[in-house]
Amino acid sequence: MCGIVGLFLKKDDLRPKLGDMLTDMLITMTERGPDSAGIAIYGDDGEGVKITVQSDAPEVDFAGLEDDLSKAAGVAVSVKVVSTHAVIKAPLAAEAALLAAVEAKGLRVMGVGESMEIYKEIGLPKDVAERFGIREMGGSHGIGHTRMATESAVTTLGAHPFSTADDQCLVHNGSLSNHNSMRRKLAKKGVFTKTENDTEVGAAYISSRIADGASLGEALEGTLEDLDGFFTFVTGTKNGFGVVRDPVACKPAIMAETEDYVAFASEYRAFADLPGIEAARVWEPEPATVYFWER
Amino acid sequence: MTVLDMSQVALRELNSTLQAAAKDRKNEAFDITNPRGSHAVAVGLDGPLDVTIKGSTGYYCAGMNKEATVTVEGSTGPGVAENMMSGVVTIEGDASQYAGATGRGGLLNIKGNASSRCGISMKGIDIVVHGNIGHMSAFMAQRGNLVVLGDAGDALGDSLYEARLFVRGKVKSLGADCIEKEMRPEHLTFLKDILEKTGADAKPEEFKRYGSARKLYNFNIDHADEY
Repeated sequence: MCGIVGLFLKKDDLRPKLGDMLTDMLITMTERGPDSAGIAIYGDDGEGVKITVQSDAPEVDFAGLEDDLSKAAGVAVSVKVVSTHAVIKAPLAAEAALLAAVEAKGLRVMGVGESMEIYKEIGLPKDVAERFGIREMGGSHGIGHTRMATESAVTTLGAHPFSTADDQCLVHNGSLSNHNSMRRKLAKKGVFTKTENDTEVGAAYISSRIADGASLGEALEGTLEDLDGFFTFVTGTKNGFGVVRDPVACKPAIMAETEDYVAFASEYRAFADLPGIEAARVWEPEPATVYFWER
Repeated sequence: MTVLDMSQVALRELNSTLQAAAKDRKNEAFDITNPRGSHAVAVGLDGPLDVTIKGSTGYYCAGMNKEATVTVEGSTGPGVAENMMSGVVTIEGDASQYAGATGRGGLLNIKGNASSRCGISMKGIDIVVHGNIGHMSAFMAQRGNLVVLGDAGDALGDSLYEARLFVRGKVKSLGADCIEKEMRPEHLTFLKDILEKTGADAKPEEFKRYGSARKLYNFNIDHADEY
């Protein structure tokens, strides 16, 4: 099944409450997938780049990380450790050197970007959200996922959201049937995935199209032509939020829009506590139709 | 009239209360408050009962209904009134996928839109949708009537048996073996009655009728190489 939630704020008033609202939405969807949960939050743009990394042995791997990375990259680096994850902040120019350094240390990169942070682990949404203090996080938009594993193993790397380019991420309900052939096609273009997961291929496809110059809307349109299988995709970019369902559209999806926000969920239950939901425009997204918002 | 508040009463207790009252056959009235999109609200009612749900529900609301009248003052998730036997289910808002699926009797009255696969495999139920319906509606429908005041999506009536489909608006495409058919006096009479009964703002003459071409009923050797 899997459960997806997404929230894109149109106004700034609700920004401090983004993490709180997304957490409640995701916990409501727990029954749709108890294997793992994850959330991507687009917070306040800082100066420079943020790299979210994960480790199974955080006490060992994150000890002295700030000093090690500062030396490796030759710039001042800050590290904020949050349970099994750490958010590394540094000037933009240091991104490549830092990525090489964290990978050399065997840390798993969850996401990279100027505003996006990704937190995901095996376990129930309430435990994952509490572990990472998602409720306290503010921001402009975010997406979340609670997974019922179908296409690959129940591991941290197999959890959603998947990020395959800076400030881009994707969550998915469904299963792709041509992900192996698409993975090979993308690899020929030099786009490599880290897992056997079908959803990562969906994310990589969209990133690759955007890198080729497509808009978010065009990249989402492309999924309808080039990806085969069942899917409801919800994607985030630095300033955008997009939704697309395959032409059969058997995976559930519902959206709500008010003057303050656009919300997405697998079920209406996830909307029940959103402010002003009684007066919101609530609708089921059409099959093979792209919806997106950008600020 | 009894009020059952779903913020206080658990779903299982709510449904057993309603089911017991239905069996008592006293035609009691219940208001259900705070449904907040819950699944399986007011399912399996087997007797006359008047239930009003004050808000939106999730999956399978009013499933397997028999004789009861259920009104949802909101929208419903997938599978509303699935396998209904008799009675009346009214949705003031929209219905999600496969509304009225496999329904054998009774009336499902959707005041808003219905999503894909509305009336899939219907077997005798009457469904009236005041708005639009989505793709693959009435797929393999066998008996009953689907009346749509708005438009229909792709592949209406795919692999249709003997259900009758009436659409006032545009039909995006017809499914395999579904064709437009003449509107005879008995169809106009049926439409007049059901439109009145459901408070639908439309005239029988505005509808087109669709039904089975009956070409898929038997294996046709000339089509063997198409498989």
